Amino acid sequence: DLYFLCVYRSLMCHSLSLQGARMVASTRSFADFTPQKCELHRLEAGPSETAVLTREQGLQYYRTMQTMRRMELKADQLYKQKIIRGFCHLYDGQEACAMGIEAGINPTDHLITAYRAHGYTFTRGVSVREILAELTGRRGGVAKGKGGSMHMYAKHFYGGNGIVGAQVPLGAGVALACQYQGNNQVCVALYGDGAANQGQIFESFNMAALWKLPCIFICENNKFGMGTSVERSSASTDYFKRGDYIPGIKVDGMDVLCVREAIKFAADYCRAGKGPIVMELETYRYHGHSMSDPGVSYRSREEIQEVRSKSDPITMLKERMLSNNMASVEEIKEIDVEIRKVIEDAAQFAISDPEPPLDELCNHIFSVS
Amino acid sequence: SHFLSCLVEFSKTSPAAVQVNVRDALNQAMDEELERDERVFLLGEEVAQYDGAYKVSRGLWKKYGDKRIIDTPITEMGFAGIAVGAAFAGLRPICEFMTWNFSMQAIDQVINSAAKTYYMSAGAQPVPIVFRGPNGSSAGVAAQHSQCFAAWYGHCPGLKVVSPWNSEDARGLLKAAIRDNNPVVFLENELMYGVPFDLSEEVMHKDFVLPIGKAKVERQGTHITLVSHSRCVGFCLDAAAVLAKEGVECEVVNLRTIRPLDVETIEASVMKTGHLVTVEGGWPQYGVGAEICARIMEGPAFNYLDAPAVRVTGVDIPMPYAKILEDHSVPQIKDIIFTVKKVLNM
Repeated sequence: DLYFLCVYRSLMCHSLSLQGARMVASTRSFADFTPQKCELHRLEAGPSETAVLTREQGLQYYRTMQTMRRMELKADQLYKQKIIRGFCHLYDGQEACAMGIEAGINPTDHLITAYRAHGYTFTRGVSVREILAELTGRRGGVAKGKGGSMHMYAKHFYGGNGIVGAQVPLGAGVALACQYQGNNQVCVALYGDGAANQGQIFESFNMAALWKLPCIFICENNKFGMGTSVERSSASTDYFKRGDYIPGIKVDGMDVLCVREAIKFAADYCRAGKGPIVMELETYRYHGHSMSDPGVSYRSREEIQEVRSKSDPITMLKERMLSNNMASVEEIKEIDVEIRKVIEDAAQFAISDPEPPLDELCNHIFSVS
Repeated sequence: SHFLSCLVEFSKTSPAAVQVNVRDALNQAMDEELERDERVFLLGEEVAQYDGAYKVSRGLWKKYGDKRIIDTPITEMGFAGIAVGAAFAGLRPICEFMTWNFSMQAIDQVINSAAKTYYMSAGAQPVPIVFRGPNGSSAGVAAQHSQCFAAWYGHCPGLKVVSPWNSEDARGLLKAAIRDNNPVVFLENELMYGVPFDLSEEVMHKDFVLPIGKAKVERQGTHITLVSHSRCVGFCLDAAAVLAKEGVECEVVNLRTIRPLDVETIEASVMKTGHLVTVEGGWPQYGVGAEICARIMEGPAFNYLDAPAVRVTGVDIPMPYAKILEDHSVPQIKDIIFTVKKVLNM
């Protein structure tokens, strides 16, 4: 009886849909959510305080974020097996940032970030296969094994950058090109709380504001620059205000809808020719700074566990969808199984693909005109 | 190209020469390339409304406006990074450093963002950018404004490094640099800006380019090879004229490009003359001359040397201010003559 009540009561009901052997009852097609209100700097109005999530979007965001999560955990595994070497900065915990941003911009927009880049490499269109194979240094990697963790590129994605802060002027330059070419595109330039004190970032703020570049500067504040907490590195931890004369928005970076609405607002702002905007995404990384950092000498295990249990971005999205009848537990489980397989296949490829041939050594020094 | 060789045929009989100084050669090169390709733009301090700190970009802002000729704040690291980012996204920036000394503020962007990206991306991301500005010693500008960066940038794979001497070099190499899809470090010389040279009709053609990576034998000789770049090429030619009176015929090689180094031209010359002197304005240690000597040692020309190769360089000190000291800090014609005679055991 309850089953039929659900069917008739909900206005935005899907009809019964057959999924394999199971029947999914009354999955709602969309729901209005209220993301956390964003603190604003030099803005009269900010991002929309309601977000509409369709079932399709919800499943897509879930799938993407869960893929990022599993991919990073696989990279952790491969690193401990010494199949991945060198630097490996993992993104697990921060998935809502990359997903929310991608959901709010167009594929034709541009994005550049620092070295914690695997998540963005994925959201910008590179397959898990090509990412893992790049981490293991094989010829099938997105940079043919020549770049590694911090140097992966895709269309309208400029890496992956190893020098802290250098990516920010680069992003402002991409934005200049957008303005110059009059293509109505924007550039998202990301940096961390550790990078936020870099002089070149303030140089970029100045020129972007002067020339009204369509650049969205985003500080992914995960509370730590390596082992240095924000309180110990920054005289002002209001990163969204550090643009001074540039308007800023503080965003809950664990809520994918909050991020999405904020970036939509920011992108509209830039496309309207109003100049740059600064966003601060409050987020958290479960891993240490890199694989060589256990991540517990400068923060407590309790803190990590608390974030995991109370603010995990994927759990939050899943619970939202489940409690609003937008998906079933079985459905989510099925997606998890599919993702697991994708990751396993990708890892298999990354392990078995051969290394680049030696005659690649001196290639790609110069582009031939 | 075939087209240019046709021009050469026509101009062989009566080459119409026009006098153009290095500054104007650079100016015309930029003007023509700005006109040819709308993706090309110039940014840097004072390049627009001031007409350029050294007037190299005179008239360009008036002609092309704010969009294409951009005055930047005094923030090298920021604007060099912006220039590289613009190159990533499909434009063809010319990034001026008021002098190459200030490039040290931005050197990370030149090396790590520009030079290495094509390789790191395995060819996915080319960086078609030119960094240009005056390099090396000037007159009375003292230690922080007189350094030569040929060796520093010449050290790095992924960069092309060009060092023109005369107006033909400046014109042809700058046009080539702007058309090149790679990051090019273009080292000018302030003291050469005002020096006029005759340019033929062929050189004045709007598609005249010189190949990057090819040295030029400015003067044929049989007794000794002088290899140099930038302003010192002129000193070598002057020294050669003096030495000719004593029966010593110097072959003067104008490197034109620091990286890639045209070793073949140097080797061919050394194999002919059996003697080598390198001349540069920069410091001796780990410098351009040091590289040339090492390469000659490692190659076929070594067996043709009748004497060890010797370098003439700037003195290994920060540039002093007082004129007498400054004059003695850089290679002079008499230093070159002295060294040639020493190598030839005269």
